[in-house]
Amino acid sequence: MTDVKTYLREWAMPHVLCPGCAHGIVLRAFLEAVDQLQLDQDKLAMVAGIGCSSRLVGYVDFCTLHGTHGRAPAFATGLKLARPELDVVVVTGDGDGLAIGGNHLIHAARRNIDLTVLLLNNSIYGMTGGQSAPTTPEGAVASTTPAGNTEPMFDACKLLIGAGASYVARVLAANPMEMTKVMADAMTHPGFSFIEVISDCPEYYGRYNRLGGGAEMLTWIARRDAGVADPLSSKSFVSHVPSSATPPGLATGVLQREVRPVFGGVRGPEIDES
Amino acid sequence: MSETQLVQGNEACARGALAAGCRFYGGYPITPSSEIAEHMVRLLPGVGGTFVQMEDEIASLAAVIGASLAGSKAMTATSGPGFSLMQEHIGFAAMAEVPCVVVDVMRGGPSTGLPTSPSQGDVMQARWGTHGDHPAIVLAPSSVGEVFDLTVRAFNLAERFRTPVIVIYDEIIGHTRESVVLPESVEVKERLRPNGDPDVFWPKTAPADGVPPLPAFGDGYRFHVTGLTHDERGFPTNDAEQAGALIKRIHAKVEAHFEEISEVETFMLDDADVAIFAYGVVGRSARETVLRARAAGVKVGLIRPVTLWPFPYSHVAEVAKQVDTMIVAELNLGQLIGEVERAAASQAEVVGHLRADGEPIAPSELLTVVTPIGGRAS
Repeated sequence: MTDVKTYLREWAMPHVLCPGCAHGIVLRAFLEAVDQLQLDQDKLAMVAGIGCSSRLVGYVDFCTLHGTHGRAPAFATGLKLARPELDVVVVTGDGDGLAIGGNHLIHAARRNIDLTVLLLNNSIYGMTGGQSAPTTPEGAVASTTPAGNTEPMFDACKLLIGAGASYVARVLAANPMEMTKVMADAMTHPGFSFIEVISDCPEYYGRYNRLGGGAEMLTWIARRDAGVADPLSSKSFVSHVPSSATPPGLATGVLQREVRPVFGGVRGPEIDES
Repeated sequence: MSETQLVQGNEACARGALAAGCRFYGGYPITPSSEIAEHMVRLLPGVGGTFVQMEDEIASLAAVIGASLAGSKAMTATSGPGFSLMQEHIGFAAMAEVPCVVVDVMRGGPSTGLPTSPSQGDVMQARWGTHGDHPAIVLAPSSVGEVFDLTVRAFNLAERFRTPVIVIYDEIIGHTRESVVLPESVEVKERLRPNGDPDVFWPKTAPADGVPPLPAFGDGYRFHVTGLTHDERGFPTNDAEQAGALIKRIHAKVEAHFEEISEVETFMLDDADVAIFAYGVVGRSARETVLRARAAGVKVGLIRPVTLWPFPYSHVAEVAKQVDTMIVAELNLGQLIGEVERAAASQAEVVGHLRADGEPIAPSELLTVVTPIGGRAS
């Protein structure tokens, strides 16, 4: 296989990510999927919003669009409709994709436009300094939930299945080979494919919730897959008792796969005016 | 052969866009602009274009920018509330230098305001609506025929200068049906594309005129596009020198080409003691007012900016030197009058005739303002 460095803009390094952040593992897994599929670098476009995960597109040697906060699926929609031969991959985060950009994400899913969306969920806003996100578990500490989060969290995959996404999967940053496999599968799926990647943020989420550094957090993420309860639910510093218990383990793998018509916008022969 | 047709303003906009080479429309329904989308969805498929109705106006302009980066000429249309939502991406397009056209069919505001009534309440928003320092090109047609012409011109300017261009008119112009002869063909400009080695291509290195070439995604040039302040390689930077150079260049490419961009119409100004400054639909009323006042012996003329931004300061200053009084008539509580006052610099008295109640300014109404002022002068 090709050295993944072939796909990197090494001139753009060093990158902005913190030590222990798993986003780099996710990027490598993605580039290996690109390599497996032998995608043409000139025809691969990556579109991102704003946040730590979105900064990944700056470091890859494809056509890259670093747009505005939450709007990546909308930019990607125009790009794909205007040039269908491009492979278009959206990189977003949990705040970018599920808070400010939730509307764009669900409508892209509903249309079944042929995009692949990678949503890197680190349970917190990292770029802005550790504020709570729609994915922050109840009870978890963030800079804007110092006494523990009292809001229920989104299940991104359930949301996207509900919105009509024809391919939905959840993978763990702790499991890179599985990530590559699912990413390659998603990119070959005709229509809208969505992958939630459970990533980490040791700098804020880990530090605020005493979950350790990158290695400890990845271990914790791996245990979630085995059905082990989120360690937060038993944390003694959490004063708030979650109203709906954090799921004991997040379902991983391909959760939804269906074949339905792929959206290409209104195009084709002129509409008969008679 | 060109023939006389009865065409609605919003339809003329759609047909102008097609003539200019627009091949992508992304939009969201809003009164009084929706007919533009309804015409585009019928026209685009026949020329190999694509139409999409997006989930909101933010997404509409995002999709337009995405399509433009894919190499298509692209546009959206909206009205005040949607125009507010589009400000985020007008700024992005200005910063990332992505050609696109935004049409704002103005209705009464603020907020949802008067959805079916005319207004000129967005003319400062068109200049300053998005955050940060940014250039602006804004064109204001005052007839159905001019909507067609200026929509074509908007695409040409957007492509020429790699910048968003706004076409702004009001509900009356949008919904009026007029007899027009639309041209069979129009002059169309295309964006400059690179032809050098893709391996050494830097997307923000500009030639002397300040407008860098723009390849389409998929053309073999792999480059980065960002709304963050960036260097010539297109990559984010915090370096003060590079930040300053970028912001100055995106301004200079518009300011240095003022003569190419600006268009001002004057009417019966040569011997005038009084000048009416009006644009868009009020420009029409003002022209009729001039004719009626002249018939009554009042020496009045009209200056009508067709390009609102960049504002024709020197042109207005020349008029101010010549006349005693400038009457600024606009459908808002005083927006461009401030610019006229700046330009006039006390060389002429500047009087406003302003209304923002959803009603147009009729010639008979404007005549009651012009006549006593003109009478005083003579």
